[in-house]
This record gives sequence, C-alpha cells and structure tokens, in this order.
Amino acid sequence: MNAPKTFYRKLVDSHTVARLDDENVLLFCDLHLMNEYTSPQAFAGLYEQGRGVPMPGQNVAVVSHIIPTHPTAIRVIADPASALQASNLKKNCDHFGIPLFDTNDALQGIEHVVAPEHGMIRPGMVVICGDSHTTTYGALGALGFGIGTTEVEHVLATQTLAYRVAKDMRIRVDGQLANGVTAKDLVLAIIGRIGAQGARGYVVEFCGEAIEALSIEARFTLCNMTTEAGSRGALIAPDAKAIDYVIAHAPDIATTHRVAALAAWKELRSDEGSVFDVEHRFDARDVAPQVTWGTSPDQVVAIDERVPELAQLAQGPMRSSAERAMRYTRLAEGTAIEGTPIQHVFIGSCTNGRIEDLRAAAAVVRGRHVAEGVRAMVVPGSGAVKAAAEAEGLDRVFVDAGFEWRKPGCSMCLAMNDDVLAEGVRCASTTNRNFEGRQGRGAITHLMSPAMAAAAAVTGRITDARKLETLQ
Amino acid sequence: MSDDAKKVLIEGRAAALRIENLDTDQIMPKQFLRGIDKSGLREGLLYDLRFDAQGRARPECVLNRPGYEGVSILIGGSNFGCGSSREHAVWGLQQFGIRAVVAPSYGEIFYSNAMNNRLLLVTLSEEEIARLMADADDIAGNAVTIDVGAQRLTSRSVDAGFELLPRHRKMFLEGLDSIGLSLTYQAQIAEFARGHWARAPWLKDVAAVARERLGQPTH
Repeated sequence: MNAPKTFYRKLVDSHTVARLDDENVLLFCDLHLMNEYTSPQAFAGLYEQGRGVPMPGQNVAVVSHIIPTHPTAIRVIADPASALQASNLKKNCDHFGIPLFDTNDALQGIEHVVAPEHGMIRPGMVVICGDSHTTTYGALGALGFGIGTTEVEHVLATQTLAYRVAKDMRIRVDGQLANGVTAKDLVLAIIGRIGAQGARGYVVEFCGEAIEALSIEARFTLCNMTTEAGSRGALIAPDAKAIDYVIAHAPDIATTHRVAALAAWKELRSDEGSVFDVEHRFDARDVAPQVTWGTSPDQVVAIDERVPELAQLAQGPMRSSAERAMRYTRLAEGTAIEGTPIQHVFIGSCTNGRIEDLRAAAAVVRGRHVAEGVRAMVVPGSGAVKAAAEAEGLDRVFVDAGFEWRKPGCSMCLAMNDDVLAEGVRCASTTNRNFEGRQGRGAITHLMSPAMAAAAAVTGRITDARKLETLQ
Repeated sequence: MSDDAKKVLIEGRAAALRIENLDTDQIMPKQFLRGIDKSGLREGLLYDLRFDAQGRARPECVLNRPGYEGVSILIGGSNFGCGSSREHAVWGLQQFGIRAVVAPSYGEIFYSNAMNNRLLLVTLSEEEIARLMADADDIAGNAVTIDVGAQRLTSRSVDAGFELLPRHRKMFLEGLDSIGLSLTYQAQIAEFARGHWARAPWLKDVAAVARERLGQPTH
C-alpha cells in the first residue's frame, strides 16, 4: 500500500512534468492570471528572446491595480504611465492571444474576484499569478500562489514553473464562529498567534468544523490572507459546498465531463494518516472580532483588548518592532483599541470585496449615516459584484448613508491608483495589509471585517459591530 | 570548489536595517511601480525611509549617513521582503548597488525573485545577525566578504557558513537560463498536457473558454 499523501502533495504530484532535483519539480500550471503591473517586463523578455506563449488559453489578464474607481461612465486612466501599463497589457494580450478583462470591460475587477466568479478556478488546479494573494484559490481546492515577474515570463513561455516543493502544515479549527465573527476575524486571530512568518515555507491545509461551516466566499477571505502568515499556499479539501459553487459558475463542465469531474474531485483530500510537518489547533469559539493595531498583520487584538504593553513582549526584535509600529500608528501601549477615532473607511479588496462582504457591511449601515468627519467608500471587487449589489439595492443603502459607491478595482488596498490616503489619516479597512505607507505615506491602517469597518464608519470610531443593533 | 569559475566573491561595506518584516511595499513603494520596464527603481528604494514627505534626505536613515555611500550589503531583520510579490523590490535593491542581503529569514516570493536575479540572500542566525549589525554600525569595521562558492561570510566579528540550495548555488555560480532550461522539456510538457487534459478535459483552455462564454467585452 502506498504511504498516505497530503492533499498538497497530491496536487504537486499530479502537476509534476519532471523532477529537476531533490527540492524542485517542473510544475504544470493550469491557469496563469496576470495584471498590468507585474507582467510588462515579462512580456518584454519574451519579445527580446523571440519566445512565444504556447498555451494562451491557460492564461488570462485583468487591469486591476492602477484602475481609477471614480463613478464615471467610461473610465479614463489620467496618469500617463499607468495608462501606458493598461494599453501595453492589451497590446501584449492581443499579440499572444491571451484573454483579457480590460479597463472598461463591464466584468473587469480584481483578478482574485474575477477568476472564481466566472468559473475559471476549479478543484485540483494549480493557479499562479504575479500577486501574493493568489493563495485565495485554496477555498475551491486549487493550489494558488504568488510569483515574481521572472516567473511570469517562465510560465508564459513554458506553462510551467521550476517549483521548490513546500512543507505541509495543517490548521484545524474546531467549534463554530459566534454571530458577528467572520472568516476575516478568524484569519487575523490565526496570524496573530502564529505570526507573520508562522507559515513561512508551508502550504497550509485548513480543516475542522469551523472551516466546514464557512461559506465559499468566507473561505476565499481565509485563504487569501493566509499569505500574510508567510505561507506558500492555502488549501481546503473541496466539499459539496465548493463543488456546488464551481458547477454553478462553470457551465462548461456538463454531462460526461461533470461525472468525471465529480469523481476526480472526490480524491482531492489528504489521505487518512497523512503526516504534516506542523499542526496547529484553534477553537473558533475563542475568536472575537479582530482589529490590527500595528504595521504587520500579526499585530492584532480582539476588539475588547488593548494595544500590548511593551514590557509584556519578549525583549528583542518583537518588542522593538512593536515600538516602531506604535510610533507609526500613533497608539500608546495599553490603549484600548475600541473607541479609537478614524477618519476614513475603506470596504473592498480581494480579501473582502465580494457580495457577502457588501451585504454584511450594508446590514450594519442600513438606516444609519456615516459619522461627521469620516470619508467612507465602497469599492466592489468586480463589475459582477457591483451589478449584483445594485440588483439587491445595496448601493442605495451605502449612498443613502453617505458612503461613496465606486467602480471596481484594487483601489485603496495598495493605493496604486489615485485612491491614496494623506499622512496621519486613520483608516478602518477591510483589506489585507497594514504595512507602513501601504494606503498612503504616513496613513494608518486598521484591518478588520466588513461589518466592523461599517460600524466604524457610522460611529467614527473603532467599534464592536455586535453592539450595534443590526437592521435587516 | 577549487574551480575558479565557482569562486564568486562579494566584497563590500554593510549597513544595518533594524526592521522586522521589512515588506516589499516599503522596499519599493507603489508610486515606483508604474513602469513597463525595470528602469528608474534606484530612486524608489526604501523611499519613505530615506526621504521625508518633502523629498529631503532623512538623516536618521543609515543609508544617508556620511560614510555609508556605496554600501553593497544590507543586514536586515527577520522576514525580510515579506508581502507583495513585486519583483521591483529586487530590481531596486540591485539598481541601488546592493549585491547581497543578510537576514535571519526572508519572504518566500522575495526569496525566489532574488535568486532569479542573482541578488544573494544569506540566511544567518539572529545571534550572528546581531553581531553583524554591530559591525555594520562602525564605519571603520563594516567590511564584509561573502564567498559564494565556499558558502562563507566573514566580517570583523562573524565568520559563518551559510546554506544555499543546489539549484540556487548553480544560479549564482554559473548563471542559469531557467526558461531556456525548462524549454528543453518542451516535448515532455506537451506530452504531460495531453495526458492531463485527457484525464481532466475541463481544465483545457480554462481561461479562453470562460472568456468566450462571457462574450466580447462590453462597456
């Protein structure tokens, strides 16, 4: 009998074209996603070497990071350099026959929102992209991970990567998340405990009752942010929920293909007795809404907790890093996080820019108004999410409450377009990174769930959303 | 090891950056990512650390201190280069003149990006890094030599071996056209794809099929 294999090893083995050496394999990539800013130099490399793209139908590109989100009918990229990135992407895609979701395509959006919502992500795939949040696809049982531009060129030219095999980690989450506690809170709590490099070198498989109970969109959020613990991938074995999602979004998997696909997907799980290099266990019942206080996603506390006391942190890098973070976020040690005044709210991103996220935020906002002195914006993750939200009237809820309802894109998650915060502005944000300067030089980011960001918008302070009466 | 071709020496002066989790957003901020080539990234390197909001050099940044012009080795904190996949961070370090970074650990994508560009990343223990940082702080004692072939780093108070995976070692010492090498597997890749799609036909042209189903782009 063969030794039991983890789900991750099965995915690597089923995509190994050749073994290169003890650590590396030539890994076949089913889908390669591209954006406008990490691909141009890769295309340039192909032209320079006279190389082609042998399998263009396994590649797709999206304009997402630089795109303006002003609610204008036709979007015009005002910055000449960014406009060139967009036109250059179209030129490259046209040249090599690569499918594209261009600037003014009604379906344009963030790559990690667009790909699954149009059925491009299926269980058992290997998906790569010049973007670290490609770990998102573990939610559907696909191995996704981010790559650099040299590797983008490698994939374009060969549809493979020279891939160093990762180690196996399993994170089991028992129990159920309480009402008002989301996948965002869970993943922040996990990162808070294991640290920003707690999963460095590992592909993390999530399992347990709490994971099974999560919706597919919540699983996207969880797997998306697993990269913030340094992981090289996140996986959840596809269950009926995941398979239903894929079938609903991928109508081409029909008749005989569907039977074969369903049979193949049954095998996509870690064998009984699989050995993981590291295992962690969490209890979902211990998780409260989380808010980051520092400049790394692991600098996070529950809403009823305080910014740590420096003396309680181990002397050395951890303490000095906390000190530096507190200087940047202008929070004194021991301050209660709840009640911290904010000036800006951002709801969106590949972490929390999907329809369920907007519904959760709208449920808090309905019948209320954005607090005085607060600027709040909603940027849907894609054109399809925006249309779905408008069909449900969520746009009205946000606009009536004083939010800006904008066009889709990455926007203020990394502030590469014109949505940039000014120095010292404090933002309640549903994004994934609270790094120094991420949302603008000197701007302060507090990561939290959509409901928590909505609660901050209407109160003007970091607030426990569970304390606001939710009107459905 | 006796082979001269395998003797790559990096000799230079070092500066210490005592920052944990120095992410690639800080190494190369967003406003420098708007190009379609690799140029112009020297200016952007560690921009907010090196310059204030008015663009004036910040004297507290080690890279602006007298005597630290032309440093080619950075000593960093753990999880150096975490975060975004932007390879611009590596290109920027190289354009600034950095030939090697020495730290306790690195972000995974940054690590691959660095290897693909032959920016050497040396991993040493926290204790060795602390001593190396102390050396780097002294302008008279911040010379560092890294013998890549021998996998050994020496400074005034550190003499330590370091690990490199065989593939990365080869990339450094011989240069490796990774794409060219993978293209020698072209026939195997095509053969693999045929088998893969025979088993899972729903994965063939997965992007093209979706795009076609969604129709031509509409405004």
